Amino acid sequence: MTITDQGQHSAPAGTQDKRGMNLTLRVWRQQGPSVKGKMVTYKVTDISPDMSFLEMLDVLNEQLIMQGDDPVAFDHDCREGICGMCGLMINGQAHGPQQTTTCQLHMRSFKDGDSIDVEPWRASAFPVIKDLAVDRRAFDRIIQAGGYISVPTGTAPEAHATPVPKKDADNAFDAATCIGCGACVAACPNASSMLFTAAKVTHLGLLPQGQPERDDRVVNMVAQQDREGFGGCTNIGECSAACPKGISMETISRLNHDLLGALRAGARPKS
Amino acid sequence: MVTVTDSTQRRTPKAAKTTSVFKKAVMAVSGIILVLYLIAHMIGNLKAFSGEEDFNHYSEWLRTIGNPALPGATALWIIRLVLLAAVFAHMWAAISLWRQAKRARPQGYVTKKAVAQSYASRTMRWGGVIIAAFVIWHLLDLTWGTVNSAGDSGPYDKLVASFSNPVSTAFYAIAVILVGMHLRHGIWSATQTLGQSNRRREVTVNWAATGIATVLTLGFLLVPFSVLFGLID
Repeated sequence: MTITDQGQHSAPAGTQDKRGMNLTLRVWRQQGPSVKGKMVTYKVTDISPDMSFLEMLDVLNEQLIMQGDDPVAFDHDCREGICGMCGLMINGQAHGPQQTTTCQLHMRSFKDGDSIDVEPWRASAFPVIKDLAVDRRAFDRIIQAGGYISVPTGTAPEAHATPVPKKDADNAFDAATCIGCGACVAACPNASSMLFTAAKVTHLGLLPQGQPERDDRVVNMVAQQDREGFGGCTNIGECSAACPKGISMETISRLNHDLLGALRAGARPKS
Repeated sequence: MVTVTDSTQRRTPKAAKTTSVFKKAVMAVSGIILVLYLIAHMIGNLKAFSGEEDFNHYSEWLRTIGNPALPGATALWIIRLVLLAAVFAHMWAAISLWRQAKRARPQGYVTKKAVAQSYASRTMRWGGVIIAAFVIWHLLDLTWGTVNSAGDSGPYDKLVASFSNPVSTAFYAIAVILVGMHLRHGIWSATQTLGQSNRRREVTVNWAATGIATVLTLGFLLVPFSVLFGLID
């Protein structure tokens, strides 16, 4: 566990307090997409500081199952901070108090006796499926609108055939680290998906392979994000501060630059 | 997913002109026009320190710019129409994006903690509404003299009459500070929206935004407080 721990090593065995933490959780419970939800209070006891936040929720769910209650539904997959599946609003912050994914948030970030509010991402484009699980297919449709490059399939091309300047490669990679978790939308006061779309536009727009479709890509992806019902960007910066991959606000400026250039060049979104 | 009905279909953006980023660009460009106007306005205000004659003469000059090539107050009216268009474009973009943001999150968080947002960025919308209300009062007070105790007299007399009243000066000061905060976030945001910011420039852009906002705020506050404290009378 300490390997995936992003450098925050726990105290050596023997020196740490063996007693776990007792916590009060207020969790959003919602039976289905069209049912009204509410916050429900639960107590969990003897939580180890080495547990991840999701493991703590596993403990809660085991407890609920034992009592014959419905376990709390939440999204998760790799639990290594790279798949982008998990994502919870923890005490009003997307992915909680650390700038990382929910699965990489550890209970040592909390104190014994803490009360923790757990809510789903809230955006009309991310409707709640159940409890804390939301439908993020809106992101997939934004990708389908242009977040790709068209290449012939077959043998991989010779890597040195298309040189990429080191700086562009680095910036493109920084943007490509976006895992599409949706924390940017969740944290944004406007529920805007701008940082997500900007990361994709930046990632592909900086590389030679992304050039042929660059204008159409930005125009169609932005049109799709509006169609999905996301809000508009007001450059507040909550997204970037919440992003587990630290995608910068620079990507948003780059998207705007590309979009305005594409519109001037006559690119129009597909209807 | 939301059920698609006729009304939502009508709202679906069909042309590039209705994309949120285009609206932001309209907001940015109209905002830049208004900032340039504010700089000229502030320089004009500071003429109050050169005395009544100079101040009134400057006001008279505004009404005769370009004479005799342009008849009467043509230039002033062109400026007024450009400003009016900028104000309406700015408001249209703001209201439309505000409504879009409201639709985007119909159910708010029970607990929400802000990490990065500044007071300036948080007050853009309601601050803008208060500034709009102030501008109407400001025109009634100092342009038309409708709510001014000096009535429809000379520009200098109206200025002194308005700012000799502490309540009037306080309202003016609050509005100007709100404008300053609006500009602090607005200048940074416009730079982002027009795609002119990047990681290297970010610090410079933010300092420039704070600098311009501070200079304008202080420049606008100088005259009313000088009147209030009797430095101008």
